[in-house]
Amino acid sequence: MFYREAGQFKTSYDADLAIFPIRQDLIGVALIVAVAFIAVPLLATPYVITGILIPFLILSLAALGLNILTGYAGQLSLGTAAFMAVGAFASYNFILRIPGMPILAAFVAGGIVAALVGVVFGLPSLRIRGFYLAVATLAAQFFILWLLTKVGWISNYSSSGVITAQQIVILGYAFTTPEAKYLLILSIVFIMALAAKNLARSNVGRSWMAVRDMDVAAEVIGIRLMPAKLLAFAVSSFYCGVAGALFAFAYLGTVEPEAFSLDLSFRILFMVIIGGVGTVLGSFLGSAFVVLLPVLLSITVRYLDSNLGLRIPQSMISNLELMLFGGFIIFFLIVEPHGLARLWQIAKEKLRLWPFPH
Amino acid sequence: MQFFFEVLIGGLLSGVMYSLVALGFVLIYKASGVFNFAQSAMVFFAALTYVGLLEVGLSPWAALPATLAVMIVLALLIERVVLRPLVNQPQITLFMATIGLTFFIEGLAQMMWGANVRGLDLGVQDEPIQWLTDNAGINVSKFDLLAAGVAAVLVTALALFFNRTRIGRALRAVADDHQAALAVGIPLKQIWAIVWSVAGAVALVAGLLWGARNGVQYALTFVALKALPVLILGGFDSVPGAIVGGLIIGASEKLAEVYLGPYVGGGIEGWFPYVLALAFLLVRPEGLFGEKIIRRI
Repeated sequence: MFYREAGQFKTSYDADLAIFPIRQDLIGVALIVAVAFIAVPLLATPYVITGILIPFLILSLAALGLNILTGYAGQLSLGTAAFMAVGAFASYNFILRIPGMPILAAFVAGGIVAALVGVVFGLPSLRIRGFYLAVATLAAQFFILWLLTKVGWISNYSSSGVITAQQIVILGYAFTTPEAKYLLILSIVFIMALAAKNLARSNVGRSWMAVRDMDVAAEVIGIRLMPAKLLAFAVSSFYCGVAGALFAFAYLGTVEPEAFSLDLSFRILFMVIIGGVGTVLGSFLGSAFVVLLPVLLSITVRYLDSNLGLRIPQSMISNLELMLFGGFIIFFLIVEPHGLARLWQIAKEKLRLWPFPH
Repeated sequence: MQFFFEVLIGGLLSGVMYSLVALGFVLIYKASGVFNFAQSAMVFFAALTYVGLLEVGLSPWAALPATLAVMIVLALLIERVVLRPLVNQPQITLFMATIGLTFFIEGLAQMMWGANVRGLDLGVQDEPIQWLTDNAGINVSKFDLLAAGVAAVLVTALALFFNRTRIGRALRAVADDHQAALAVGIPLKQIWAIVWSVAGAVALVAGLLWGARNGVQYALTFVALKALPVLILGGFDSVPGAIVGGLIIGASEKLAEVYLGPYVGGGIEGWFPYVLALAFLLVRPEGLFGEKIIRRI
């Protein structure tokens, strides 16, 4: 009843090509963005912002980056966290070594460095496919982290590679409060998500999808594999690099290379798979799922523990959480292998007909 | 030169230990096309269960079949709860499911038996063989030799099993195409239960050897990261590849650490195998012994 596109006629090609061709979608997205920009900073507590919303947004951005590579271009990668680390450490060095470097420019430069590194580690994808490529990208994960720990220059000769990210100052305004940081991150994520959404439906995005579905066939119809695959690696790593820089500057503050471990790579891959491979929306849904699930689990377990008087030992609680996390992932994969974004699509189909299903 | 041989032999023997873990991966990949990341968690689970049963008071000879039984039950549960609902899903979905499984098994193992580090004594000491030290001047650990022997027996048995028995042939058919295998009447459920049980048994062997060497602890789950380059080097679907890959990775890793490490600041064991495997892959994209990938439109 509410979600029905009847009566919305497209009278020009531009209208037909609009990013949200259905009016309800446009209104819905505008509403969510308005809430995120205006209501959330006014209403949310600092704990919710720093503990949940900021990591959610940053990891969404990283998941978006991985989704471009894995979901759109079909190249499985397990080195996401390493590309984030490159972005973080490169941004740190740009600000440290170039006096007066604007911080946003440093983020972009960090992203570009990550993109270049991504292209280098994307080169094997021209020969290797599938899980062989996935394991090969682990080389990036381990090699980059090793390099960051071993080369003292990168971390300005601090012990064991720990860096303290500089304060975020833009045009003389210091972003210190959680709300300010949140708004900055939200703006960056919003712009980059919009860019990704548009990129995906451009000829570049379509050539990626052709490569994903069958690269031999894509080559036959005239898509040049090398530029397509390497561009996917570059764009994906750029997103991851910016996400890494934000992760370091706006979330962690003090960063060691170990913060970007293989575990983080896996978590981001989870976000992509659970959210929905090859959808922008899925990156956000997946990120919300992976960020929120441990929080909800620990709240629930603690609540049960204290109310039922079970007195479960602490170590058992953490193991229980681990089991439930694994169990939920399997459960969601079984229930909807195409991810949460697909569930949303099904819900929309149902909404079109509701309340008269025939 | 003597030192070189000592490093080489030490590397080869530790490579065999990697092969043992890689073998479990190969089995499952060969028989179901699933890249089973949970293999390392199964190694951990098996070792912890064995040690836990010993602590409860079982004798070593009673604990072994008991642990094997636990691993088989686990395999049956995995088949029923995780794999059966996911038949014919894309490989990456199955891969993610096994990562979920990894979390689950790790949590389960530690909840059942606690998280403290335990020693495990198999009755063979990790000490050099006197005869070799006297005659050739090379130190070779008894324990490493035992591990190599066990791996050799295991690989021969598995290779025969895959190539000579009815079930082995059925396994290969399943790996090719789930639906086609079902269509010609191969019981997919049984096949998967069998192969996961065998992988559980391999995990038990690997867990015992690794546990005896490094202690039974959470760090056992990281051996998978050592097994992955072995896998891509040897090919995901080749049993001999797992062994040859293990030998190459083990030897070159130790040699690189000793001869190359000092120049670049050490600690290169973590990534060197991957880069080496990557270099191999550029020449042969399906690994050394992997089935040649033929792609049609």
